[in-house]
Amino acid sequence: MTRRPVRPAADARVPVVLLVPALLGLALLLLPMVALVVRAPWGRLPEVVGSPEVLSAVRLSLTTATITTALCVVCGVPLAWLLARTNVPGRPLLRALITVPLVLPPVIGGVALLVAFGRRGLVGEWLYEAFGLSLPFTTAAVVMAQSFVALPFLVVAVEGALRTADGRYEDVAATLGASEWTTFRRVTLPAVAPGVLAGAVLCWARALGEFGATVTFAGSFPGTTRTLPPAAYAAINAGQVEVAIVLSLLMMAVSITVLVALRDRWVNTG
Amino acid sequence: MSLAAQLALARGDLSLDLSLDVGTGEVVVLLGPNGAGKSTVLSTLAGLLRPDTGRVVLDGVVLVDTAAQVHVPARQRQVGLVVQDYLLFPHLSAVENVAFGLRSRGNPRGPARATAARWLERMSLGGLEERRPHELSGGQAQRVALARALAVDPRMLLLDEPLAALDAGTRPAVRADLRRHLRSYRGCTVLVTHDPLEAMVLGDRIVVLEQGRVVQDGSPAELARHPRTGYVARLVGLNLLRGDARGRIVTLGSRAAVAVAHDASGPVHVAFAPAAVTLSLEQPHGSARNAWSGRVSDVERHGDLVRITVDGPVPLLADVTPLAVADLALGPGVEVWAAVKATEVSVYPA
Repeated sequence: MTRRPVRPAADARVPVVLLVPALLGLALLLLPMVALVVRAPWGRLPEVVGSPEVLSAVRLSLTTATITTALCVVCGVPLAWLLARTNVPGRPLLRALITVPLVLPPVIGGVALLVAFGRRGLVGEWLYEAFGLSLPFTTAAVVMAQSFVALPFLVVAVEGALRTADGRYEDVAATLGASEWTTFRRVTLPAVAPGVLAGAVLCWARALGEFGATVTFAGSFPGTTRTLPPAAYAAINAGQVEVAIVLSLLMMAVSITVLVALRDRWVNTG
Repeated sequence: MSLAAQLALARGDLSLDLSLDVGTGEVVVLLGPNGAGKSTVLSTLAGLLRPDTGRVVLDGVVLVDTAAQVHVPARQRQVGLVVQDYLLFPHLSAVENVAFGLRSRGNPRGPARATAARWLERMSLGGLEERRPHELSGGQAQRVALARALAVDPRMLLLDEPLAALDAGTRPAVRADLRRHLRSYRGCTVLVTHDPLEAMVLGDRIVVLEQGRVVQDGSPAELARHPRTGYVARLVGLNLLRGDARGRIVTLGSRAAVAVAHDASGPVHVAFAPAAVTLSLEQPHGSARNAWSGRVSDVERHGDLVRITVDGPVPLLADVTPLAVADLALGPGVEVWAAVKATEVSVYPA
């Protein structure tokens, strides 16, 4: 007997026991988003978006997320290559460790960053004493916090692309006299470019939405560390509901754009 | 330039143990069934795989010597590799693919491209420089792959089933072309195939590999005449002759001609199976038949058939039943007539 894809029959009736929880779940997902759209101060939208605190949060978010993405590509692609193409000892463990930030609560990531790079931290103390460098609560800390949570997305995407790429092309390049670096640059990288691009977009989106690690390690100072999510949080706490709604709408628009851009790669549209 | 290789390697089900010598300008074909270890030999020669034990010396340079812990990496071997699916870099144009090796060896972009373009010209691919691999036909892609391998002036050329990916229609022409290029190449060539016709057309010498061991090593004619295993007998069970075609007649030297079923012209290979040959003591009659007289020089039994070697203006092999051998009293020295239907004869450009 062959398996057939399950297709709804024309006269199918959905049992109530299934329909009610399904609709409840849908409502839980959709109502908040609908509420944002309904309650948005559409008339005063240009004014709110143009306000200094919103503009500064948008600018800071775009800058830091972009720097984070560049950093993650520069470090993450070689890291993925190391995992996929070499025999570094302890690779399975390394791979598991790299994916930890994917499931770790970001606040915990922030705490960990503070313990490592804070002025009294493992590395931070030495950095401060040797160079007078203090990372916490700076824009650099925002980038570090974002990188901590976003890098695994890029590594996982690129490693997947490397694993599915045909390694025999690299063999042919070797017989043609190409060095490892030339082979990586002219054969491997072009082959996994779509994977790198998808990973970078995902990484950028994750960096843009970062909140927990950022506020813990970098704080929420307007202009230097208050990116969009902390700004929304600060606005709602200060009772500026309109500002919070506008910031939320902006984030939602970005999320939807990313989903649409990556729909063929990551979302099964059935 | 010459290659002397001894290799032993165990991998999964395969246990490879062989020695292989290739002379200057010689084309050695590794022929054998799937899983015989042919491609593994190529990978080891190319430097992509380390043998368990072995020694490979190319042109006086030791490439592999497991006893002395020598293993020259692939990129330093100057070995050209052409594989079945060609593996042209998909993001590079034809000319960039051919220039890749030259660029990797430090040649500047301009001169590398110019040299690559000349190679494409030589392969009759002029005008296709900027095509991407997916815009090339199978035969064109094969020639680009060959040009890419030859452009770096390799000391040895390794070809792994270079014609297997082509459809039956284009294969004869590409094969003839490949033969021409291999003839003009001065280094050692090792070509892997499972197709006996390809082996006979392209090889100066055929090394038959079965289960990781060499079972026979000789010229195509030797192999066909004196197969040493049943596998070789079945595999090289082919009469292969060279001649000049005009219309449906192929003249072989000055003394004989073969009638064929399709029009052809110029230098060709004529091939037919020994099983397609019928022997008789009297001259046979029938318009669609080729008939040549000759003398039996050898009678050898293979399984349930007997292979008869007939010498004459058209030297050939015939597979007949033991009953026919008895009926005709076939033995060395007996004068016979050999007949083949024109429709049983294949003609390929040489």
